[in-house]
Amino acid sequence: MRRAFCDAMVELAANQRYFFLTGDLGFMALEPLRKVLGPRFINAGVAEQNMVSVAAGMAAVGGKSWVYSIAPFCYARPFEQIRNDVCLNRLPVRLVGNGGGYAYGAMGATHHALEDYGALLTLPAMRVYVPAFDTDVEPMVRTIAGREAPAYLRLGRSELEDESAAPPYAAWRRLQEGGAGVVVAVGPIAGDLWSATRARPLAGRPAIWVVSELEGDGRAIAPPAALLGELASAPVLGIVEEHVAHGGFAQQFLHFLALSGRSVRRVVHAHALGYPSGRYGSQQWHRKECGLDVAAILGRLAARAAT
Amino acid sequence: MSARDAADRRDAEELSGLARRARRRLLRMHYECRIGQLGGNLSAIDTLIALHHRVMDPQDKFILSKGHAAGALYVTLWSLGVLSEADLDTFHADGTRLAGHPVPGWSGYIPVATGSLGHGFPAALGMALARQLQSEPGRIFCLTSDGEWQEGSMWEALIFWAHRKLRNVTVLIDQNGWQGFGSTREVAGLQDLGSRIESFGVQAVRVDGHDHEAIAAVARANPGTVILLDTVKGKGVSFLENRMESHYLPLSAEQYAAALLEVERP
Repeated sequence: MRRAFCDAMVELAANQRYFFLTGDLGFMALEPLRKVLGPRFINAGVAEQNMVSVAAGMAAVGGKSWVYSIAPFCYARPFEQIRNDVCLNRLPVRLVGNGGGYAYGAMGATHHALEDYGALLTLPAMRVYVPAFDTDVEPMVRTIAGREAPAYLRLGRSELEDESAAPPYAAWRRLQEGGAGVVVAVGPIAGDLWSATRARPLAGRPAIWVVSELEGDGRAIAPPAALLGELASAPVLGIVEEHVAHGGFAQQFLHFLALSGRSVRRVVHAHALGYPSGRYGSQQWHRKECGLDVAAILGRLAARAAT
Repeated sequence: MSARDAADRRDAEELSGLARRARRRLLRMHYECRIGQLGGNLSAIDTLIALHHRVMDPQDKFILSKGHAAGALYVTLWSLGVLSEADLDTFHADGTRLAGHPVPGWSGYIPVATGSLGHGFPAALGMALARQLQSEPGRIFCLTSDGEWQEGSMWEALIFWAHRKLRNVTVLIDQNGWQGFGSTREVAGLQDLGSRIESFGVQAVRVDGHDHEAIAAVARANPGTVILLDTVKGKGVSFLENRMESHYLPLSAEQYAAALLEVERP
């Protein structure tokens, strides 16, 4: 998605008020953006706290600042700067974290972001954007640019076999209908599930929804009526996210359902578990260890629906 | 005495008069709501008065990176007519905007919330850089404490500043030599901060942080530098001066009366 992100940002670069700060990352990806922005492309060096405060200062005098790093360095190291300088001041600083979840695979635990949106969604005015497909990135960047408020964009890698099948971007989308329960997934993992099940007969596959915008106070969480309608009769609800359970989407979504007086009969929550074995591998390897692979998710859904 | 000298002397007297009134109001404000933290406010207030009355233009911005000197900032804004008596009376009260550390969203004089140390300086650099890149006028002034330089983000910011060579920002350090639980020398060996800063490539100049005219002259003449202010924690109230407890403890009625008498002296 980095390429799509760079292309989308290049489109915005003509606006002289845009500034792009990177924490010394973006090699072989952001060079076109650096070229068009010139001095407004700022390599702030390996100093994320300073980078976020500088971005906030730029926004405080009318700048539109974007901050880029790999996901863990974008939100965890400078968390207090995001909280105090960006969110308390409600400044339009857009944080971009590349490689959410286990995306950096065998690079190791320090390079994973398993609790990024849960932590950020505790902050005032913050909205989180998680594209599912490459084609989401450009409209999502425009959406973020159009909202003068703090934002976090969690980039990953599209997992759809046929990218041309991706539906137009929306905060909530139904990817397929199905009779074997309803799955709501956050981000690219929805494409993995969809690719694996779309050829199955209707009754033998779950309906799949993907959610791409999250907000901490519940306003943005309100799901479409069609999804709520499906949940009323679904044998099982599956919630899938490459994020730890605490503070994740499932807690928000189930909280919303409970507060709005809705009930679901059975729930399966597939989420990141950290490092149960203490060993490391690819993103897919970590997903499998956590039961976030397609086979495990479908198996748990079927088992739970049968209870 | 030449006409110029006479005018300078009049200005200096006016500025010391302003600072005296501000000190008095600061003491009253803190006393009435039984808030301590006078030490770092009294060390900073002369700089705040000098900057706001003699140095800054309307398009300039000021960031109080040492947010615990919020009281000194509020009385300075009061001395400018930006805040009223009634506003100051709300300090620390329920429903106030005048919190113990500056909160955001209500005054252009407080461009960012501060209070956690090590934030205001890099934010000031961001403002300065945005203005430089947009060829916009207006300088940025930022007041930090000395203990604040124990925060890593200050040195990140210093590297960034030296590299960018921003000339539209001035950072002042209130070197009162004391912090929350000891002297800066005892806690972190922070003596000779100027040399350390200069070794990063930013010029540092030194001035008496209670001499209003000297502060104003140095701030006007040295854009793009660090100004090391030699200050006294609790300045103006003898029993608060250079005492760590002045960082925290509120004044008793007797102490308040004695403090008022002391700050009245020219």
